[in-house]
Amino acid sequence: MKALMFGWEFPPHILGGLGTASYGLTKGMAEQPDMDITFVIPRPHGDEDQSFAKIIGASFVPVVWKENSWEHVESRIGWIMHPDEYFWLRNGIKYDFRRIYTNDLGCIDFSGKYPENLIEEISNYEAVASVLAHQLDFDVIHSHDWLTYPAGRFAKQISGKPLVIHVHATDFDRSRGKVNPTVYNIEKTGMDAADHIMTVSNLTRRTVIEKYHQHPNKVTTVHNAVEPLKDAESFVKKPRKDKLVTFLGRITMQKGPEYFVEAAHRVLEKTKNVRFVMAGSGDMMNDMIELVAKRGIADRFHFPGFLRGRAVHDMLAQSDVYIMPSVSEPFGISPLEAMQVGTPSIISYQSGCAEILTNVVKTDYWDIDAMADAIYSIVTYPSMYKSLHERGLEEVNNIKWSDAGLKVRAIYDKVTGR
Amino acid sequence: MKNICFYFQIHQPFRLKHYPFFGIGQDHYYYDEFQTEDRIRELVEKSYLPANRIIAEMIRSSNGKFKCAFSISGIALEQFEFFAPEMIDSFKELAKTGSVEFLAETYAHSLASVYDQDEFVEQVNRHARKIENLFGKKPTVFRNSELIYSDEIGETVARMGYKAMLMEEVKYVMGWKSPNKLYHNPIYPKLKLLIRNNKLSDDISFRFSDTSWSDYPLTAEKYLSWISGMPDDEKIVNVWMGYEAFGFIQRAENGIFEFLKALPYHALEQGVAFMLPSEAIKKLESVEAPATLYPTSWSGSKDISAWNGNDLQQEALKKLYAVSERVKLSKDKPLLHDWLLLQSTDNFRYMSHSDAYGTHYSSPYEAFTNYMNVLADFLDRVEAQYPTSVENEELNALLKTINNQEKEIQRLEEELKKARSQKTSAK
Repeated sequence: MKALMFGWEFPPHILGGLGTASYGLTKGMAEQPDMDITFVIPRPHGDEDQSFAKIIGASFVPVVWKENSWEHVESRIGWIMHPDEYFWLRNGIKYDFRRIYTNDLGCIDFSGKYPENLIEEISNYEAVASVLAHQLDFDVIHSHDWLTYPAGRFAKQISGKPLVIHVHATDFDRSRGKVNPTVYNIEKTGMDAADHIMTVSNLTRRTVIEKYHQHPNKVTTVHNAVEPLKDAESFVKKPRKDKLVTFLGRITMQKGPEYFVEAAHRVLEKTKNVRFVMAGSGDMMNDMIELVAKRGIADRFHFPGFLRGRAVHDMLAQSDVYIMPSVSEPFGISPLEAMQVGTPSIISYQSGCAEILTNVVKTDYWDIDAMADAIYSIVTYPSMYKSLHERGLEEVNNIKWSDAGLKVRAIYDKVTGR
Repeated sequence: MKNICFYFQIHQPFRLKHYPFFGIGQDHYYYDEFQTEDRIRELVEKSYLPANRIIAEMIRSSNGKFKCAFSISGIALEQFEFFAPEMIDSFKELAKTGSVEFLAETYAHSLASVYDQDEFVEQVNRHARKIENLFGKKPTVFRNSELIYSDEIGETVARMGYKAMLMEEVKYVMGWKSPNKLYHNPIYPKLKLLIRNNKLSDDISFRFSDTSWSDYPLTAEKYLSWISGMPDDEKIVNVWMGYEAFGFIQRAENGIFEFLKALPYHALEQGVAFMLPSEAIKKLESVEAPATLYPTSWSGSKDISAWNGNDLQQEALKKLYAVSERVKLSKDKPLLHDWLLLQSTDNFRYMSHSDAYGTHYSSPYEAFTNYMNVLADFLDRVEAQYPTSVENEELNALLKTINNQEKEIQRLEEELKKARSQKTSAK
């Protein structure tokens, strides 16, 4: 089974959860012996892990025919792609894309981020897809998230191969209801063209069915998993006098930071030996600092700012409780990461991961009393912490990408008729 | 001649209300009366009362040949008194027929037999008093909460004067031995043991209306033919279950009451009699039971791990029973009543990760948090009466002094009087 996947991000250069999820799934699927995956991303950096999938950078695929010597190509992109491959891909140019601005090799300079002209990049990605669809050999096309739906759809149109799209989020989650019509149009067209749709949670599945009017039979939930944390043992919880309750993520409306502050306030009314941390940044950060001051709990509430890399896991490991009161979260990988370092998590029912996790405390995002109660319970009753700690670790270590990969494979088999 | 020994259990906990931690130190009422009443009323209407009526009728029409035993926890009796007094009357009438026996158990349907000997004895006595008050007869056969049994518990029970105790058919204890005989405690042979027949009990309570079961549909005739066909040396079949099997677990529309009604007729026809536990121990010869070192029960795993198998349950139980001694010193009635209600096994069962039977919480963690918040308030109240800064023994001595004060004053006054009269007579 040969799959052509279109993605937007790939570790180590990631901007959000999409890259992590695409990477994990691809790696998990590669464990199937007859699985052959080609993963297309807009702009590779050359340090991506290619051991389990071939990575093609869209910014090195020619879409406009330009005459170049072998040596010139070698000197320009030899560090990442063999010149022979460049010339071979060049034979796949069947359409006139001269309207697009290209460089001396006939390639498009993708940013691979989320720039102002994102919509333009998305449609340029289509041009790349057409070349690849003509030249590569594959059985199924797999598009990760809305940015790559047009590319996948075009590849399907050219090759006649089935298209599977993977919904990591919808615009309804991102905008809390105020949907951007252009984005919606891209999403809807992609879904309509797809032979099958995968969603990361039942929550998202429902959105896809109800808001994008897809037939339920066409939509399957494949829950995300989490990559094992290799150096989990290196994160040791240091003993400290006060208990630590942590929120970690973008401080935006979608993540429900205000509910965390209110819950903290309630906990501090009753007990003093707890500190609260809101790590991350976002457009609601200043509002939150003000709210904390208004509630008079600023001496117990801390804003360390945006954390990256090891600091994230270390922050989680030092915490006694991790809390994610998201208002709408298609999946939400961070509670699983907290569990990997043994930290009990409190999550909202409105998060997709609540569908698969058992050893966490679940509350509604608006239910600050229940949230406060759960925080109080974990910091006060030792066995509550111990149970969530031990059982959570065991649970999260059994959530594997290879299992998600098998579900995706079953869908591939169905759409290809094998 | 084969005998069937029926016994039906009734227990429902006082459900705790949603008790967030803000309530600790403020709110001393812990129960969700609405839920508790709603639950008990539903059971009474759908199951207990219709079943009682049918049993009364069966006793009448069989001239007292149909017999069965009941075990009703003290807490369930309280709920009947509050919410369904007609149940008490109905049981009183059954008691008058003489064909019904009431068994002793722990008042609170608690784990005291495992965690607190003194409390256990006190609860059993309390329950026996209640049964005697209501139904006019002191129980002679003991049944522990959830059929928990070990030889050690058996010994305590025997010391309290009970002649027999009930026990679950536990494969890892019984091995190949048949449950259809009368046994006795290996260290204390005076204590007879009756053993529940697992299969025949669950056939009625869990499989009766299961259409995928190979013996579906179960008729009274078929059921009794299994019993009459048993080997000659197996004299007694103990069929025990929760009373809600009739009309609640097995719905009335599936014919469970008709099945019950048909039993005496087919029993008579196939030569099977009904027997009460207290009769069985008099009439049958007993053999020695294999040793039971660790507590067994009738839960799925047949041990007590459904109530104390995980860290949550262990912390809750440990903190609860740690104050037992202090609570017993108290004379504060509401405090003592809460002490009982908080001991119900259900509170701990809801915290089980694998076997939270009957839970109304969404997770064991929620059950634990709610219980611990309530317990924290309860412990605060105990602490307020008897601060932990005072040692138990010291406290005991102080209380003795206080309690004896009156006697002491009286004694001294008398002495004084004597001295005075001596003085006057000396003049």
